[in-house]
Amino acid sequence: MKNVMRYPKPKFRLMGDRGLLIELGNGISPQINKWVRALFIGLERCGFKGIKELVPSYRSLMVVYDPLVCSLNSLKSKVIAIWDVIDEAQLPSPRTVEIPVVYGDQYGPDLEWVAGYLKITPEEVIRLHTQPIYQVYMIGFMPGYPYLGEVSDALVTPRRDTPRTHVPRGSVGIAQKQTGIYPVTSPGGWQIIGRTPVCLFDPAGTPPSLLQMGDRVKFYTIAARELEAWPL
Amino acid sequence: MAAVKSVEIVSAGLQTTIQDLGRFGHGRYGVPPSGALDSFSLRIANRLVDNSEKSACLEITLMGLQLKALTDVCLAVTGADLQSKVNHQPLQMWRSHVLHKGDTLSFIGPRSGCRAYIAFSGGIVTPLVLGSRSTNLSSGFGGIEGRSLQRGDYLFTESPQAGLSMAGRLFKPRWIPKYPSVWTLRAVWGPQDEDFTNKGRRTFSHTVYRVSSQSDRTGIRLDGAEIQKKNDRAESIISEGLISGSIQVPGDGQPIIILGETVTGGYRKIATVISADLHVLGQIKPGDGVQFAIISLEEAQRALAELESKIRTGCSDSQEGLPEHVTF
Repeated sequence: MKNVMRYPKPKFRLMGDRGLLIELGNGISPQINKWVRALFIGLERCGFKGIKELVPSYRSLMVVYDPLVCSLNSLKSKVIAIWDVIDEAQLPSPRTVEIPVVYGDQYGPDLEWVAGYLKITPEEVIRLHTQPIYQVYMIGFMPGYPYLGEVSDALVTPRRDTPRTHVPRGSVGIAQKQTGIYPVTSPGGWQIIGRTPVCLFDPAGTPPSLLQMGDRVKFYTIAARELEAWPL
Repeated sequence: MAAVKSVEIVSAGLQTTIQDLGRFGHGRYGVPPSGALDSFSLRIANRLVDNSEKSACLEITLMGLQLKALTDVCLAVTGADLQSKVNHQPLQMWRSHVLHKGDTLSFIGPRSGCRAYIAFSGGIVTPLVLGSRSTNLSSGFGGIEGRSLQRGDYLFTESPQAGLSMAGRLFKPRWIPKYPSVWTLRAVWGPQDEDFTNKGRRTFSHTVYRVSSQSDRTGIRLDGAEIQKKNDRAESIISEGLISGSIQVPGDGQPIIILGETVTGGYRKIATVISADLHVLGQIKPGDGVQFAIISLEEAQRALAELESKIRTGCSDSQEGLPEHVTF
């Protein structure tokens, strides 16, 4: 496997005449993701005119700008200026969000299959899933959907052969080294091991997403009757 | 200022949604822009009824919408020619009119293009969701309950009485876009064009692709010659941001033009449609042909300046030199 490392300076990639992708490293690592967060917060705070959208991801930050308001060159200069003075100590420290989950039965229809595949007990799957503190690398794919990493090596499982057309809202899934939560009912191919009653995305909320890039997530178990009685 | 129940949906058609210029600033939470797929037509429609360009309009896909005025309203229809009729008489597009109480406006089906827009003076009033009224169908918010319109829905518009004097404004006929069945889209290479072979890049810029019936508001799927990536490149990339106009090439080598319903993705993008041609994406329909013309960033910027100038200067109250009924 190649070494995951940060580039000496940001790599700019054009997305047409109004998008700039700023790539900071060659792979997925918590450290590279921290730098993405730092640049994201720096650009957000600097109040540069013409930025319409900032989308941080695993190892890059996408800036959508209005080319009628600012030029590509002035934007690039601003990014470099911020990059040169990034001070990690100045960043807000990440929050840890605890998320309750009912594992198994109708809420986690793939729990038994996953346990069988890994040749461990369902209880062991739950223990392995609730043990780590996961990093929210990015929010994407759909509103409020967190990309969480990484699951324990002992829990690495392939996607389902046949994706489901209907994965209920709140479903907690795993696939390869990732785990995630479905904010709304949607199709999906991950192994569903549980469900949370917590609302991940509320368009009327400020912010609308429960989780933000850079947060930490810890899962804990609750009983099915607690899920049904959860205050929304 | 008061929102008035001014329109009733008699028949909703294939897919009619409320859209404005889109929802920005929430991409970090996975919230895509949504918004009118043909923002040029939406902006002109709004200008023809003296609205802010950002006002919410109806976006009509292909056919079937029928609505009834519950009060006198000023409106303008732009975009695709879907054979719009008022009480069975053809309606002149790209011009504002008064629709009288009791009149019906219907859209029979496409003559050219894919999506038409109706602006009502004052704008359609719905709750703002994250700063926009655009309908996000996949997550179910914005517009009316986050869904396509249904028979029996009502539209509220702001102070319709005040806008009636706007009727008669029109857009310069020679600037009205023509919607062909084979499109040339201008694009700029990147962000991952270097991951494709020279042959693959040539295939991309020399093929006339066919628009698949799988296309919808999330993307335009194209069928044609396979775009070859370099052998040492993996099937997918680490997920990253996407914008409308991003041209993704998944493992099968068939390009997909991303529209405004997605913020991140894990496929390579060979090129990006320029801002000045984005509005065209809303008019491309299944079965059409699409080819790409690669241009420089400077040319893209000039094209945008030219388009913006048309939008700023193309609408006027004057009817001089125009026949009473223009047929398009």
